[in-house]
Amino acid sequence: MKKILLEMKNITKKFPGVVALDNVNFQVTESEIHCLVGENGAGKSTLMKVLSGVYPHGSYEGEIIIDGESQEFSNINESKKTGIAIIYQELALIPEMTVYENIFLGHEITNGISVDWNETIKRAEKVLKKVCLQVNPADKIKELGVGKQQLVEIAKALSMDVKLLLLDEPTSALSEDDSENLLGLLRELKKQGVTCVLISHKLSEVIKIADTVTVLRDGETVGSLSAEKGEITENTLVKLMVGREINDIYPKRKVKKGKDIVFEVKDWNVYDPSRGKQILSDINFNVRKGEIVGFSGLMGSGRTELALSLFGNPGRSRVSGDMYIDGEKNNFSHPENAIKEGLAYVSEDRKGNGLILIQDVKQNITLANLREIAKRGVVDNNAEIKIANEYKTSLAIKTPSIEQKVLYLSGGNQQKVSLAKWLFVKPDILILDEPTRGIDVGAKYEIHSIMNELVEQGMSIIMISSELPEILGMSDRIYVLSAGKISGELSVEEANQEKIMHLATN
Amino acid sequence: MSFINNLKKVLRQNIREYGMFIALFLIMLIFTIATDGIFISSRNISNLLNQTGYIAVLAVGMTLVIIIGQIDLSVGFLAGFLGAVAAIAMVSWKLPVIVVIPLVMGFGAIAGVLTGLPVAKLGIPSFVASLAGWLIYRGALQMVTLKTGTIIIPNDAFNAIGNGYIPDIPGLDFLPGAHKLTLLLGIIAIALFIFNEIRSRRKKKEYKFDILPVDMFIFQVMFVSLLIFGITWILAGYNGLSWTVVIMLIVTAAYHYLSSETVLGRYIYAVGGNPEAAELSGINVEKIILIVFGSMGMLAALSGMLFASRLQSATTTAGQLFELDAIAAAYVGGVSAAGGVGKVTGSIIGALVMTSLTSGMNLMGIGISSQYIVRGAVLALAVIFDVATRTRGK
Repeated sequence: MKKILLEMKNITKKFPGVVALDNVNFQVTESEIHCLVGENGAGKSTLMKVLSGVYPHGSYEGEIIIDGESQEFSNINESKKTGIAIIYQELALIPEMTVYENIFLGHEITNGISVDWNETIKRAEKVLKKVCLQVNPADKIKELGVGKQQLVEIAKALSMDVKLLLLDEPTSALSEDDSENLLGLLRELKKQGVTCVLISHKLSEVIKIADTVTVLRDGETVGSLSAEKGEITENTLVKLMVGREINDIYPKRKVKKGKDIVFEVKDWNVYDPSRGKQILSDINFNVRKGEIVGFSGLMGSGRTELALSLFGNPGRSRVSGDMYIDGEKNNFSHPENAIKEGLAYVSEDRKGNGLILIQDVKQNITLANLREIAKRGVVDNNAEIKIANEYKTSLAIKTPSIEQKVLYLSGGNQQKVSLAKWLFVKPDILILDEPTRGIDVGAKYEIHSIMNELVEQGMSIIMISSELPEILGMSDRIYVLSAGKISGELSVEEANQEKIMHLATN
Repeated sequence: MSFINNLKKVLRQNIREYGMFIALFLIMLIFTIATDGIFISSRNISNLLNQTGYIAVLAVGMTLVIIIGQIDLSVGFLAGFLGAVAAIAMVSWKLPVIVVIPLVMGFGAIAGVLTGLPVAKLGIPSFVASLAGWLIYRGALQMVTLKTGTIIIPNDAFNAIGNGYIPDIPGLDFLPGAHKLTLLLGIIAIALFIFNEIRSRRKKKEYKFDILPVDMFIFQVMFVSLLIFGITWILAGYNGLSWTVVIMLIVTAAYHYLSSETVLGRYIYAVGGNPEAAELSGINVEKIILIVFGSMGMLAALSGMLFASRLQSATTTAGQLFELDAIAAAYVGGVSAAGGVGKVTGSIIGALVMTSLTSGMNLMGIGISSQYIVRGAVLALAVIFDVATRTRGK
């Protein structure tokens, strides 16, 4: 029998009007990989915040026991001292600082007065080796890719004598390759005796790596599964998470795609002067009416850049090539023009450049098409409320009211607001960049269903996604990008994961 | 009983918005008691409003600048410089007032756009761009007043802007000592307000939206109406409405409408809330930045002319520290330094809070050094209150 490292007993956490956690029990055995899954809003993050002391002792009910000792953390530093390290979805590194400065930020090695840089670099090298990351510790963080940055975060945690490593959706921003790398590393760390708790939405990943899975739903523990007993399967997980069975998260469409080409791009080249780099070269592709065209490719292959360069080029890259909408040649100097011509772009980064978090649901929904509800430059507030309520109902956006700030919504609902905003533009061609990143299975299914409805109504969709099952499940046709070039075009019938990966790494 | 509960609920939900009004009310009450009622006298309130004028106008423009996440330090000396330009235009170029005012406001708009250009096109921090403006306009002000020193403005029409009052209706002899036109305007304002509130309530009902309970609605309308009446009554007791107050009201109303009801206003808040998201939503962020800085420059011109008119001259140090007073007023009024949040009316209240403090403490004979400390403390408290009520969340 292995030792129990962490035990959280009967944790209840209430916010005004909501019970976020209701008598949750959570047990982690030493040196295991323990996955925590659940839909958005199920209470995973709240539980981790209780554990790490973000919500101090006294603000919740229940007990936390680590290594047999009851703990009462009143802030994050106290939990850190006990050996708990958390790695958040949004990386907490400082881009302008070097790798070694970042690793020891907050617990610098000093010789009494000043920082001992030589010792710092030496130790940084050691800990980088532990996470199998081959970089020069003197490199700046901003020079590394997201995957490597993630490893630096882990190195930072390891430099602090960590007992329990919490990772909050570490792979949501990573490409398949980098994710694979990271999972390998976690297995390696497990051998070295580090215990990991992993929050993840990617069930395939969970099935691959977990020793134990705890499932949360609506603030309650609904199950704990063990890999040894062979209990961890996709079906059981989904069933526990949503409380009902979803047989296929990629619902089938009734209508077949049309024949007319509505959107075509020829000899498209993009050069980014700020990075001094050719981002895309010789891109040729087309989209038919009522079709979903998937764009697959690794991180950094230029998918988002392609979308943005087509959508009025807000990044001010140097662009050449031709774009045709309904056979007519077009050229956009600003997203404003692209929107007028029937394009819409739902950003991959809903918090960064998709939504205005401090504004409410209705203001976000109407922003891109405000003129529609304005007379002579004056906004009709009543019409706005009406429209926002319509989208709230039709997309089933879960929010207490349309006056709620988007900041307080869960990821899936934020994504729906983002989608509503672009549907209100009434586009002919909808570009969806990672439409279901970081959102739970239930919401994923809903968004996929909405996409199907849209193409049935005759809209065309360009979908960029890092998740191969999503690409395969939703697209009619697939383009694969590799290092700024289209390395292949596949119909959905001939495509499979291996073929796409082969083209992507070409 | 339910009335009290409703009142409590409405107050709690809107504590952020009402907080400043309550603070202003308390400050006025304290000074009124401390000065045996001199503070609330018609003469003092009238003076206080006239003193607020040139800062309030700047604060309105600064509100929008801060909302889009920028700052403009140049407006103080720009106001001073343009005040001097107005004086020169009248004294040396012999231009009539009616030409000078729009001309100088045009200059102001151009100056504002020039400050905004490097910010919008090159992404240079507005702190730096406007600091350069601060130096340049300071130099420019000294240059144009170098030969003459203070320029006396001998134009009565111009000087009335800062010192004059609206005329009264002749031939009425009831209520002696009260300014009848001011009272009449006050009553018209109340009538318009009530009419507007009822109309918007009816419209909301038509759409089946949530509305305030009837008792709360009546209470709110009565309260605001009484407030307007109280202020007009006080002003009517001493010369009536001044031209400065009229200008302040027009600017406030126009900018309040612009920021809360128009597409442009929405775009301004969107740019402040998240410029990248705004750009991707088809908003021309560069254009919005230029418009906001342009309007700031225009209001700086207006502020400069109000000040020159009040002094009846253009001085070599006019405009010094105006920008910081305007920024303080905006922050006291609840504008967020992080951008995207704030109200024009809030900044006007902020400006009134700051001048009330000065005026009240002057009446009490408190030394200037202590006054600075008190005003600093109030600024800090206001911002702390603002942040505390904001992070409480929903």
